[in-house]
Amino acid sequence: MSKPTLYKSIFELPREEYLSPGHGLCAGCLVGTIVRVLLKVAGPNTIVVTPTGCLEVSTTPFPYTAWKVPWIHVAFENAAAVASGVEAAVKALQRKGLVDPSKKINVVAIGGDGGTVDIGFQALSGMLERGHRVMYVLYDNEAYMNTGIQRSGATPFKAWTTTTPVGKVLKGKLQPKKPIAEIVAAHKIPYVATANPAYIIDMANKFRKGLSVDGPSFIHVIQPCTTGWRFDPRYGIKIARLATETAMWINWELENNEVFRVTVPVPKRKHVKHYIRAQGRFNHLTDQDIEEIQRFIDKEVERINKMVGKEVIGPVVE
Amino acid sequence: MSFEKKLPSWKSIPIGGAILKPGNFAERPTGDWRVFRPIINQDKCLRCLICWAICPEPAIYIIDKPYRTSSGREWKFTLEIDYNYCKGCGLCVEECPVKAIDFVEEVK
Repeated sequence: MSKPTLYKSIFELPREEYLSPGHGLCAGCLVGTIVRVLLKVAGPNTIVVTPTGCLEVSTTPFPYTAWKVPWIHVAFENAAAVASGVEAAVKALQRKGLVDPSKKINVVAIGGDGGTVDIGFQALSGMLERGHRVMYVLYDNEAYMNTGIQRSGATPFKAWTTTTPVGKVLKGKLQPKKPIAEIVAAHKIPYVATANPAYIIDMANKFRKGLSVDGPSFIHVIQPCTTGWRFDPRYGIKIARLATETAMWINWELENNEVFRVTVPVPKRKHVKHYIRAQGRFNHLTDQDIEEIQRFIDKEVERINKMVGKEVIGPVVE
Repeated sequence: MSFEKKLPSWKSIPIGGAILKPGNFAERPTGDWRVFRPIINQDKCLRCLICWAICPEPAIYIIDKPYRTSSGREWKFTLEIDYNYCKGCGLCVEECPVKAIDFVEEVK
């Protein structure tokens, strides 16, 4: 892997915009932030593939488009397959000399959690196995937000959605979240990372590393959804930051299936109740429920610390 | 709004329904979604670019216009909000480290 130069501050981010304003994403939707930063890093020589999802429907209602780079959408389940085809076509055109072979063309697939974790999973797995040079970015809002907050494989334990309602018997989702980034890492691809839009430079550097590898890369980005998580749009970044500060979300990267590091260490961790009480989808949780979630997190933190070999995420202090 | 205009005939639509103008969503402003209006206090602003980086639109632009604050500090550029597109989400108001962005209700 050639070492890319990394950004040190916001001032080094390119000023060009490749996502036009006026798109139809909700006010305060952090997908806009994620895609803007991604396209700034990737530059104009980028082909974007999106499966069906919030991003696709809100940026491209015919006859409008918010994209200033080539963009394609085919169906819900096949973003990774389409991206594989685009990458193979670019390679073939470069071999035949129809496209300048020295020109580096990035192929980026941007999918939501429904189109990646559940519906598009077999296409994604196939793409990773075949080793196409595609960066797959998953923006994870933890439910099918586009169709009206239905549960997905990425919905966390005990969260309310319209298909895991809160009543007398059942109280939110019964199953834990699917560890998609680790499932992808098990394919032994060159670069896997998890990122958070509250740490913009960390996220931009992960996109840059993902684009520089020769093979598939996967970036899993948390995206607080103002509609589905039930909070005021202005607190989006705050909640994203709380997710990392409570270790509900751990920012890590795995290079060449060898080097595992936590890029945002948390020496003093906050109790998960700060994160949970900020969101309406966890309104029904009792203190015992929160303690149960805290025990899950403690176990996860212990496992991550063991993988790194030292204490990167500290004990709960607040 | 442009949706109310007469629709084009099929002969004038490009083959395959391709959109020939990239980023033409900018023709459809979203400023009327706003309930609260963020206003940057240029004297207090530290030009840290956090609001510019997190704005999901983008509706905050870096403009090469020098600015001299009332205390005599010189800045080489200014941050300005484009109210044609700002949806009034308030992310910039919450994240500003010096609270230089005021959030006031829209009045007509």
